[in-house]
Amino acid sequence: MDIEKKNPQLPLFIIKLEIKMKNQKKNGFIKTPSGISGLDEITNGGFPKGRPILICGSAGCGKTLFATQFIVKGITDFNEPGVFMSFEETSKDLAQNVSSLGFDLNKLIAQDKLRIDHVRVERSEIEETGEYDLEGLFIRLGHAIDSIGAKRVVLDTIESLFAGINNTGLLRAEIRRLFQWLRDKGVTTVITGERGENTLTRQGLEEYISDCVILLDFRVIDQIATRRLRIVKYRGSTHGTNEYPFLIDANGISVMPITSLKLDYKSATEIISTGLPPLDAFFQKGGYYRGGNILVTGSAGTAKTILSTYFALSSCKRKERVLYFSFEESPDQLVRNMQSIGINIEPYIKSNLLLIHASRPTLQGLEMHLLVLLRLVNEFKPKTIIIDPISSLITIGSTSEVRAMLVRLMDIFKVNQINALFTSLTNPKQNEYSDPTVDAISSLADTWINLKNETKENERIRSLLIVKSRGMSHRNNECDFVINDKGIQLLPKNK
Amino acid sequence: MAKEEKWELRLYVAGQTPKSVLALKNITEYCNKYLKGKYSIEVIDLLKKPQLAEGDQIFAIPTLVRKVPVPIRKIIGDLSNEEKVLVGLNIVPLKN
Repeated sequence: MDIEKKNPQLPLFIIKLEIKMKNQKKNGFIKTPSGISGLDEITNGGFPKGRPILICGSAGCGKTLFATQFIVKGITDFNEPGVFMSFEETSKDLAQNVSSLGFDLNKLIAQDKLRIDHVRVERSEIEETGEYDLEGLFIRLGHAIDSIGAKRVVLDTIESLFAGINNTGLLRAEIRRLFQWLRDKGVTTVITGERGENTLTRQGLEEYISDCVILLDFRVIDQIATRRLRIVKYRGSTHGTNEYPFLIDANGISVMPITSLKLDYKSATEIISTGLPPLDAFFQKGGYYRGGNILVTGSAGTAKTILSTYFALSSCKRKERVLYFSFEESPDQLVRNMQSIGINIEPYIKSNLLLIHASRPTLQGLEMHLLVLLRLVNEFKPKTIIIDPISSLITIGSTSEVRAMLVRLMDIFKVNQINALFTSLTNPKQNEYSDPTVDAISSLADTWINLKNETKENERIRSLLIVKSRGMSHRNNECDFVINDKGIQLLPKNK
Repeated sequence: MAKEEKWELRLYVAGQTPKSVLALKNITEYCNKYLKGKYSIEVIDLLKKPQLAEGDQIFAIPTLVRKVPVPIRKIIGDLSNEEKVLVGLNIVPLKN
């Protein structure tokens, strides 16, 4: 009887539900940029707008900074005012701590774009008797949000309340109510939580936040500290599932997306010169493809740097910018050394066509190198990049890490149609084709040139061999060459 | 405790909720009993003056704050436990 009574309503209810779901699907749901560079690429657009997001991790992993950047960038880049409710640090401490990252909180407060509310919960001065609720917190937060029209809120970290209040049952219920209230208010909220022993957060906040949970991690491998980030959960959205390295440096937090690149980039058919006209002739089409990855291998002193400089020069002559990453020589040294063989790169440095960035590989972790590189690529917008030598990086990371980094690099270069030349130092005693670095990248390279340096009858004989060149035929035998004060001179075939 | 000491209490509430009403009734009762003539209770409704919540670090409602005599003390809840309130406000020293 009952079922029959209700049945007529059922189809209508289902139809309504279906329409609702369809609309949701059509609109997707709105995302808001996180303000953390690189993160939006992993989350396909940022945080879920108007919903709570949980950021958890152990002490010192960058939660507060993450939250601060979310608020500050929200204000400066996306014009979304924000409220920072801090349960740990005072407003003054917070402002001081992030000032080194170029965040001027006091200025934003003065502009009425930011409110910082420090909630101090001191157990020793609080007595509990009878029933109460956390309406005071709601009112404070609501007042702060309304006074500046905030769109973003941070609660850092609400778990501190557990240290000050005995009635945890009530506290949990109130926190659940708070999250719902924030949702209803339509503010995007970042909630931080300290990592628990077997749970994501000590107080199990993840039970209350089901939309988006991000885990930060900080660990030391081989004495090099690496920070990693993983999206544990992102309801209703696709997201990258890997652990992504992230960095905290002078510009705040940046995440390195391992590019979600599919192998669908366009392949250029344009040919560019190797910088050495006789070498161009070795390739069927007269040079390298634009946007290709070129690998130059060889043992010490086989003229890898010289060959790269030729390539850099040819790019400069086309008025295309070159970014030269030198892991072994300083810019001055490179200029001097090239001058000795009749190559003058100084004018190009002066005219800002050539930028040489020199740093020691062990100066920083692999990710840091990658990030510096990416930043320079974004700022300088080079058409050609030279990394000399890529094998230096292997000293600071495991082969798999280096390989992962190189894959990322090459993908980025391909997408941006940047010509990339990597040199790699091989061990002369080893077979150059089974060298670890070569192993890591040779399959990714489009063109591979191997340089050799042999001693025959008391004479040094340099030779060059094109090992592979994707998409075009090439000369298949070794070519001897000499280096004199006019540069590299390829010798006619005489073998 | 000096006899001429004046007690300044503040009760933070958010509207006329049962808990708030009960708290006010309780504290008035205790004060009349133990501090007759030397106390003042200021009731602050945070719904009307939300900006006042930050100053006294209020997060729970109702909260009773003892401003004077110093040091500041806070009691959260509807103040239904008389002994706890008296101890919390240090009106009566802990017996036994």
